[in-house]
Amino acid sequence: MSAATNTATEPVVRAVNVHKRFGALTVLRGIDLTVQPGQVTCLVGPSGSGKTTFLRCINHLEQVSAGRLYVDGTLVGYAERNGKLHELHPRDAAKQRRHIGMVFQHFNLFPHMTVLGNIVRAPMTVKKMPKDEAIEKARVLLRQVGLADKETAYPAQLSGGQQQRIAIARALAMDPKLMLFDEPTSALDPELVGEVLDVMRELAQGGMTMVVVTHEMGFAREVGDELVFMDEGVVVESGDPREVLANPQQQRTKAFLSKVL
Amino acid sequence: MSSTDLSRHTPDTAAEPRRDSPDYIKAVPLRHPGEWASAVVIVALLVLFLIGAATNSAYDWHTYGQYLFDKRVSQAAMITLLLTALAMIFAVILGVLLAVMRLSRNRVLKSVSWAFLWFFRGTPVYVQLVFWGLLAVIYKQVDLGIPYYHQYAHIQTGTFFSAFWLAVIGLSLNEAAYMAEIVRAGISSVNEGQYEAAKALGMSWGQTMRQIVMPQAMRVIIPPTGNELISMLKTTSLVTAVPYSFELYSRTRDLSSETFNPIPMLLIACTWYLFFTSVLMVGQYYLERHFARGASRTLSARQLRTLADAQLESGSGGAR
Repeated sequence: MSAATNTATEPVVRAVNVHKRFGALTVLRGIDLTVQPGQVTCLVGPSGSGKTTFLRCINHLEQVSAGRLYVDGTLVGYAERNGKLHELHPRDAAKQRRHIGMVFQHFNLFPHMTVLGNIVRAPMTVKKMPKDEAIEKARVLLRQVGLADKETAYPAQLSGGQQQRIAIARALAMDPKLMLFDEPTSALDPELVGEVLDVMRELAQGGMTMVVVTHEMGFAREVGDELVFMDEGVVVESGDPREVLANPQQQRTKAFLSKVL
Repeated sequence: MSSTDLSRHTPDTAAEPRRDSPDYIKAVPLRHPGEWASAVVIVALLVLFLIGAATNSAYDWHTYGQYLFDKRVSQAAMITLLLTALAMIFAVILGVLLAVMRLSRNRVLKSVSWAFLWFFRGTPVYVQLVFWGLLAVIYKQVDLGIPYYHQYAHIQTGTFFSAFWLAVIGLSLNEAAYMAEIVRAGISSVNEGQYEAAKALGMSWGQTMRQIVMPQAMRVIIPPTGNELISMLKTTSLVTAVPYSFELYSRTRDLSSETFNPIPMLLIACTWYLFFTSVLMVGQYYLERHFARGASRTLSARQLRTLADAQLESGSGGAR
């Protein structure tokens, strides 16, 4: 939490009263949240609490319905001109997303490309990085996630844990300032969870700013700088993970933690 | 959970793979007498048919041999190929366009695409080709310019569109309706997560479609498109409805007025069609294999060999 108290720096994520509605259904009812540079924020809560929706709002995979969401001081998904919000052109939305890496529950690797192809695709297409440079960078990332020997494999030939580590490398290839993780270990066999969390822990130790939707309370306790407990579209309780997990203040937090711990 | 939690715990006996190679099972295979009997009967019938075909004078194999490589026939075969290729190229382009229109959010685009499919799939291609042949009767000239105000150019349909191009247009518009459905099924088969992953990486819609979605959709699109191509090759025989009569079927039929026996000429047409469809089938096999990359966990023979070599090198015969 040391970073959070330093008010001089611009937070990487600043959510102000964020609401999200899908038709008649309101999923987020006023989220306020700040993520400082280098901070790891873990979002936990029962399914349907809106944590994944909030995560998807951060890189504009979902459009915010009310309130404001800023990444690095820039409004996400809209342009504000003369007090009016204008929808962003897809081109500009894509530009905003370049700096935000995302890792999905179901990996979403590109099945028709090799591991190396998956990693070099976006830097080459989006950043116009020369092929040699992209490949060199990809190899460094593959070593970082411990899969240097898999560059010619196709995703279907890898285990879930290996696929998710490749997905992390793919996101890192774009040099993101912020990494979003949407239940990265929920689709994995129990024995494979550890290898993915290890990579994430190293990433956090390297100073990456991360927002992680997770059910891994052990990870939240050990790596997280802040734990945010959400339920029914609001933040019920947040604070130092060790504090919140050991000594929850709210009844709903207690009820949830008693089921998962 | 740290990596130390993943300590391997195996019984001591299994710790070292056994070195002595096992006696691989060589069982006596099961006999299938019924299969043998039916095979003998079918082969016998086939031989009888072939002897009959060789000796039946109605087939007139002499004329068949004489005209099979006749220049007029081989030229007509080339025209059939050209018709097929042109019609298919336009059909694919228009089909992709119609599929994207059908999948767009814009209701007008959606409806237009739907109406196109409704008409061109709902009427026989033969009837459509007759209509195209009558284009010059229905629209004598086409004016380019601002309607009711100023025309820059006048195209006389009767002279501008030859029967050949009317045939190409007729075939491709009909085929586009089918291609649109095939392409739509292909695009729809790609998981939504693929779009999201590409989007999250900052790729634009066009980049996502070209590099992520279409290559994966191809695996679904290629096999039925191959069928359509083979089907198109044969459908070209209907352009006689336009009327256009320089492709393979019409040409061989017209030549039978020279031979006074249509049967060998039909056999010649069949031979050429079969030759082309066989070539196309081989091509389709390789295309499908190309676009199946990464679709299966199954390792290729080469990959299996590499793994086996690695196993030998590490000296353990018992690893997975």
